Amino acid sequence: MIKINNLTVEFGDKKILNDISFSVHEGDWLMVVGPNGAGKSTIVNAVSKAVPYTGDIYLKEKNIRDLKSIEQAKIMGVLNQSHNVAYSFTVEDIVKLGRYANKGKFLDSYFDTNSSKVERAIEITGLNEIRYQSVLTLSGGELQRTFLAQLFAQDPEILVLDEPTNHLDLVYQKQIFSLVEDWIKENKCCVVSIVHDLSLAKKYGNKAMLLNHGEIVRTGDVSDVFSKEDLKKVYNMDVYGWMNDLAEVWKD
Amino acid sequence: MRKKTNFTLTEYILCSALVIGIFLLCLCVGSVNIPLKETWNVILSVFGIEEANSRVYYSILINVRIPRIMSVGLEGAALSICGAGMQGLLRNPLADGSTLGVSAGASLGAIIAIVFGWNFDFFIGDTTMIMAMITAYASLMLILTIAYKLDYSLATNTIILVGVIFSMFAGSLISLLITFAHDKINTIIFWTMGSLAGADYSDVLSLTIALVVCSFAILRHADELNAFAIGEDNARNIGVDVRRTKLVVLIFVSILIGVCVAIAGTIGFVGLVIPHISRMIFGPNHKKLMPASMFFGATFLMLTDLISRTLFSPLELPLGVITSLIGSVVFVYIFYKSREVR
Repeated sequence: MIKINNLTVEFGDKKILNDISFSVHEGDWLMVVGPNGAGKSTIVNAVSKAVPYTGDIYLKEKNIRDLKSIEQAKIMGVLNQSHNVAYSFTVEDIVKLGRYANKGKFLDSYFDTNSSKVERAIEITGLNEIRYQSVLTLSGGELQRTFLAQLFAQDPEILVLDEPTNHLDLVYQKQIFSLVEDWIKENKCCVVSIVHDLSLAKKYGNKAMLLNHGEIVRTGDVSDVFSKEDLKKVYNMDVYGWMNDLAEVWKD
Repeated sequence: MRKKTNFTLTEYILCSALVIGIFLLCLCVGSVNIPLKETWNVILSVFGIEEANSRVYYSILINVRIPRIMSVGLEGAALSICGAGMQGLLRNPLADGSTLGVSAGASLGAIIAIVFGWNFDFFIGDTTMIMAMITAYASLMLILTIAYKLDYSLATNTIILVGVIFSMFAGSLISLLITFAHDKINTIIFWTMGSLAGADYSDVLSLTIALVVCSFAILRHADELNAFAIGEDNARNIGVDVRRTKLVVLIFVSILIGVCVAIAGTIGFVGLVIPHISRMIFGPNHKKLMPASMFFGATFLMLTDLISRTLFSPLELPLGVITSLIGSVVFVYIFYKSREVR
């Protein structure tokens, strides 16, 4: 569903991403991992056309250079790691905007406001109670669920999540990842997510890509990518040992 | 409680009634007070329904008050929708049409015309107005070109920064021109303070055309503006063509601002305060916010104009001064009352 060929992104002389190629297929959940500055978020920015890039990005066999914003949004949706809403929109306002790409071309700008997709998105993310509440009053977890609901309402075939649970506590981490897991099971789609937490990546993903200094160190099935040697090379530490130490603390 | 995101018919009727009511009030009150019955008689006589009772009232209303108050109302509506649009687009509650630097550009053009004494009549206005419109548009293009050179993605901060710098630049050129043109200083000063005292029907026509065309274009982008107000990245994610939307909205806002400045000079604060007040009442959804701002803007400016011409009658105060005076006090009060609501 996603095919990326020779993607390179440069800021001045600095190569943030250097000639990377990979593809993602239906039903896959690709976890993009790597240390800070590896270029993970830049992939998201390139795919959403927020930075200039060289190389080719295909979504469902279509080069995104030829896709209009609205056509691209029908295929791919992005969830950012943080949100800074300027005014007191309601939760529902934000979720409804997810239908923007699917609105009619008529002079009135009414969406299919009672769309079952909006209702369903609100329901599965558990936002019904607070749907008319101002987003300025929400907690970080509720806000992230609101934007996840917007993404579900948008109903794209490709979901891109940029560190979706970065500032969230454990409860919400589990909630968001489980919601996405269910979504993949129920829909013909694929997910690419950038994660810091290797345990989460290992638990939920089936594919993984390990990045370092803008280059792919290894990509493939999660179990292959998270090999002792590669992780040690990239993170400069014994990742397995550390993870086991951490798990040890919680043994009954 | 379910909130409607669009204006309901009732709300439209109520707001229109408010605007018409204030319009009639402004027609009746002034240095000469005219009873409502007589005002009504004059209005009917225009349509040939009744015979006008008084030549004096007819002349005051038809030649002076109606064009003036209509211009004031249209101007208020125009400045407010520009402010509402800019505040959404730039996600900045401090933005209004003037933040862009377009007002300053328009003023510069008009003052050049005044200082050099250019005076030709055109079909839609005089030299001052044409110059203001040309320079408004030219400054927008200049600002956008510089912003684009600095930053490919036309980030809102870049636009605001360039706009503010351009305003200062235009302001200093204006001061320079004033220094060299002592004899025209009264005209310039009065013009920069903002006034619609001499408005005639050609002004009403220009404002109406500009307002109808531009507000239609801006209102069509209500969804995009909502998306921008929520966040530019988010707007991109849901499929908004971010660069195109910015260009289109900015161009229509600057045309409208150009016409407003050309006709009335700089009238501050309306574009800033009215969208805030409307947002406090109707919420941030632009589908509702922008029509509401237009109604409130028209009402506010008509009332302000009423005060400016009656308070020290027969002395007229410049409209721009009164808007800032009243606007700032009202704004601080409202802001204080509803700090959490925003």
